[in-house]
Amino acid sequence: MIAAALAAFARVISGASVQWQQPVTGSRQRIWFGNHSSHLDFVLIWSALPPALRATTRPIAGSDYWGRGPIRRYVAGTVFRAILVERSDGAPTAERASATIQHIATQMGAEASIIVFPEGTRSFTGELLPFKSGMYHLCKLKPGVELVPVYLANLSRILPKGELLPVPLSGRVRFGEPLYLRDGESKEAFLTRARDALLRLRDS
Amino acid sequence: MNAIETFLSTNLGKLVAGVVVFLIVATIVGQILARTVTSDGAKATLANANARIRGWWVMVAVFGIAVATGGIGSIVLFAMVSFLAMREFMTLTPTGRGDHAVLIFAFFIFAPMQYGLVWAEWYGLFSILIPVYAFVAFATRAALAGDTERFLERTATVQWGLMACVYCVSHTPALLMLQVIDHPGSGPTLLFFLVLVAQINDVMQYIWGKAIGKHPIAPTVSPNKTWEGFVGGTLTTIGIGTALWWATPFTPMAAAIFSAVITLLGFAGGLVMSAIKRDRGVKDYGALIRGHGGVLDRIDSLLFAAPVFFHLVRFFYTPPLIPAP
Repeated sequence: MIAAALAAFARVISGASVQWQQPVTGSRQRIWFGNHSSHLDFVLIWSALPPALRATTRPIAGSDYWGRGPIRRYVAGTVFRAILVERSDGAPTAERASATIQHIATQMGAEASIIVFPEGTRSFTGELLPFKSGMYHLCKLKPGVELVPVYLANLSRILPKGELLPVPLSGRVRFGEPLYLRDGESKEAFLTRARDALLRLRDS
Repeated sequence: MNAIETFLSTNLGKLVAGVVVFLIVATIVGQILARTVTSDGAKATLANANARIRGWWVMVAVFGIAVATGGIGSIVLFAMVSFLAMREFMTLTPTGRGDHAVLIFAFFIFAPMQYGLVWAEWYGLFSILIPVYAFVAFATRAALAGDTERFLERTATVQWGLMACVYCVSHTPALLMLQVIDHPGSGPTLLFFLVLVAQINDVMQYIWGKAIGKHPIAPTVSPNKTWEGFVGGTLTTIGIGTALWWATPFTPMAAAIFSAVITLLGFAGGLVMSAIKRDRGVKDYGALIRGHGGVLDRIDSLLFAAPVFFHLVRFFYTPPLIPAP
């Protein structure tokens, strides 16, 4: 209920139209990965999904922000069933990063899909930042998982980083063709391929 | 039932009924033709025409409810139209990070205030709020934000968008505040007359253009606007507008002149909004109404016509502010 209301609210605020380059079928496990420039990004992707897929899709959220206070905990935990992860200040150690990925993979189980933003943080200008490697390691733990690029247009103008009030411009959610981690593909090659898929989606 | 009969006995009621009857005929003819034509080109044209007719039904329903609920309904309707139009306009406008606060001003302060002033019938502030106060506020706030890249271009574009989508459009419901000499309460009729003539003009230009259009007026701006469509559409619309004089406070001659003004400015508005679309590399401002593009595509003919029509009626048909000695 609350989730549906929040989704509808995000859709109205962002006036978003939704486009599918290739319709998704079946309820397989997926990683929806998108560009990140606004607090609305996750809710918008989530609201653009067909209800059946929405039911099995969980966001990843930083526990430092979403685990604090009863309201945030309720929204993250009960409404969106977010997978909470620790975000470390300063340079993350390899062990902690690996533990986080392991935690996400465990939480996903055999059913849940997730929404991730591989840039790791919101882009200040709306330009696509370099990808962090977490998505690669996650794919290693979840062989065969389907990766669907999702490009969010105009969100950096609707609610830019550092602003409180959204401007009601029209946004757009565009879902691209799925891709998969190839056998023996290197981390760099995979991340470049995934990022290029998002850039192509932006320009298409 | 009685309320409907009373409404139908008014001039406004007769106009609305006329439009509904016309739409029923258009729908029937469109459906019959769609089933009988064979060539692919004709099929495509008719599919487009029928989509437009369906869009018209929706618009007439919304507009009818707004006018029937009196002043507040029309004000709310046009406020929403302004909001959606400005959303489409600003989305295409290359504003930068420094404009976030300016856009917040435009959407959440100036647009609601402008319509609040229409409701309060505060003509003085209504007519200068955006040209004076928004003008000053936007430039100052953008300068404070510190982003000087393309400063004048960005600030001017946001000001233009607010002028076109809010200031100009708000002059349509503002007709309700005019007290025409010897015709009290004719505001809703004036409003309906303006919108009807502007929309009939769109349809007539489209039909004449499709039928015999050959020579484009401004090929780089809008290849669909032809001299044949312009002349045929303008004359037909002036004819229809003049024939509606009985419903308005105007003489037949005045109705003809006002129809000509609305028609020519409607054409000008459409042309200018097309030039902007061409510059931004899009065909339509949006896709809200099926067959009609976005809201801004539908109201472009009203943008220039509304304020000029408002001020002409106000100048010639309402009492002067200071009575002559």
